[in-house]
Amino acid sequence: MTTSTASATDKLLEVRNVSKYFGSVVALSDVSMFVRAGEVTCLLGDNGAGKSTLIKILSGVHKPSSGTYLFEGKEVEFDSPREALELGIATVYQDLAMIPLMSIWRNFFLGSEPTKGWGPFRRFDSRFAKKVTREEMKKMGIDIRDPDQPVGTLSGGERQSVAIARAVYFGAKVLILDEPTAALGVKQAGVVLKYILQAKQRGIGVIFITHNPHHAYPVGDHFVILRRGKVFGDYTKDEIPLEQLVQMMAGGADLEALSHELEAASRATGSKEMAEAAAEFQKESSA
Amino acid sequence: MATVAPPTESPPADERIREVGLLGRIMVRPEIGAILALILVWIFFAIVAYDNNFISMQTTAAILNRAAPLGILAVAVAMLMIAGEFDLSVGSLIGFGGMAIMLFVSSSSTGGLAWPLGPAILVALLITVAAGFLNGLLVQTTKLPSFIITLGALFVFRGLATAIPRTMTNRTQLGGFGDIPGADILISIFGSKIEFLGGRFDTGILWWIAVTAAAVWVLNRTRVGNWIFGIGGDAIASRNVGVPVAGLKISLFMFTALAAFFVALLQVASTGTADSLRGELTEFYAIIASVVGGVLLTGGYGSVIGAAVGALTFAMVQQGVIVTGVDGDWFKVFVGVILVLAVIFNNYVRQRAQRR
Repeated sequence: MTTSTASATDKLLEVRNVSKYFGSVVALSDVSMFVRAGEVTCLLGDNGAGKSTLIKILSGVHKPSSGTYLFEGKEVEFDSPREALELGIATVYQDLAMIPLMSIWRNFFLGSEPTKGWGPFRRFDSRFAKKVTREEMKKMGIDIRDPDQPVGTLSGGERQSVAIARAVYFGAKVLILDEPTAALGVKQAGVVLKYILQAKQRGIGVIFITHNPHHAYPVGDHFVILRRGKVFGDYTKDEIPLEQLVQMMAGGADLEALSHELEAASRATGSKEMAEAAAEFQKESSA
Repeated sequence: MATVAPPTESPPADERIREVGLLGRIMVRPEIGAILALILVWIFFAIVAYDNNFISMQTTAAILNRAAPLGILAVAVAMLMIAGEFDLSVGSLIGFGGMAIMLFVSSSSTGGLAWPLGPAILVALLITVAAGFLNGLLVQTTKLPSFIITLGALFVFRGLATAIPRTMTNRTQLGGFGDIPGADILISIFGSKIEFLGGRFDTGILWWIAVTAAAVWVLNRTRVGNWIFGIGGDAIASRNVGVPVAGLKISLFMFTALAAFFVALLQVASTGTADSLRGELTEFYAIIASVVGGVLLTGGYGSVIGAAVGALTFAMVQQGVIVTGVDGDWFKVFVGVILVLAVIFNNYVRQRAQRR
């Protein structure tokens, strides 16, 4: 894979030695990680490794008990997810990203509604919202039929894609994706991986949380493995082959099935990057 | 922070959008159940109570006069329910708010505080809305279901509305609002009748229309409206995209309390009295009107117009039973049946909406 690392090697977002305690429970201990613009940092770990806690710190839900949080080189502290969002740190949650009973355009702009008019007549500009929703989804390669349709009628992969498109549209500099491919079928997972690559090419720093190394490896530039609240390993793509990454993850599934999975994903999406990634993966797995 | 792109031409029509007929579009609206129920109920009484003059301006006025206070309440309750919460205390707050007004303005010889009208209304308003604030704050801080918190509030405020006047005045009914200096202005605004084509219509009907129109505007056309649907659909997801969930929910509890106070004011102005027991069971009637109007009990879906139409249907049944001369006990049977039928119908409509 030709790693199209952005010219900026500055760390866009970084946490240094953060720990988080909930009463007597140590959820995170001395964790450091970073992401650069135009790169994908994969955060891997099994259930209970501390991924969720780290995401919540990164997205501004929790404050770290100790350690520092740097954004664009400056130390920051967030009281709410909104503050993180305003700096351009957008988080897409696995199953909490969308509201099923609401229409796509209302979901797309929830919390950041465009308005027109003034004073008591300031109103949600629904025509603009519908138009933008349609356009942005088209840029992501999804042609939504009717922005008025409830999100509940979309597939899981499409919902994640709407959430990613939304974050990108609202000027996200860092995109935190919480298990976006979990609970998705092969084809749907492929769709989401394609959007991760697309976001990366647009110069966004992506933090991709997953427990599946086979989803992480094709798109990742950098891998941080968490185990029991600590950093268990921290590698760039050159430093670690896929097999080793799989081994480091507890209970990696068998390679052949995964090779098939990736191949299917690249076929399904017809994405060049995915095909490259799949080919690379094949090489790695046969080596 | 929204990057506003310059407007461009609207995208060409998509061949995959099936042209949905007018009937199909109407059928997926949340308020359609209430409108159909209203028509059916009207036809039913128009036939059954034809000889009792059901189709007349007097009866129409009587129905609207009944519907107005319930409608004002139902509109606020519907907004709260769409946001995913209940308020069972609104009925008690009607009694509480009305009693507060009368206690403040009544002369000291009867045990009242003999305040001038302006401050009396203002303070009564503030403490009633503070009760709503308390409901909201408790729901937010304890994370208990609002059903439980406001069920407690139902008893607390009914109890206060009875106990305080009894302690101060030895009575649970206070009258003489019309004798208070300046009350005539309030009465003409909130509690007078307008003669129109032989019917005598309460000014409350105009307030009902105004409140409904304002609520429709807020819910469907503003950011806050979008947030209300959002937090009712999924409060955590909404919070994650920056919706101020706690503040908005507390505000909506304050709004239902405000609606209850407004109804109390309408009733004090039109009857000249306050009664500790006023508004009993109204909390359930407001929920019924909302549910008949297509509001989902679990939140995230519904319509204010539906709730207003639900209130009208409810009042029509009430008045229809009276006009027909059937024993009033049958009213409850009728209401129960209509409620269940409405929920069944609404479920069907919503499933259609999601399948489209």
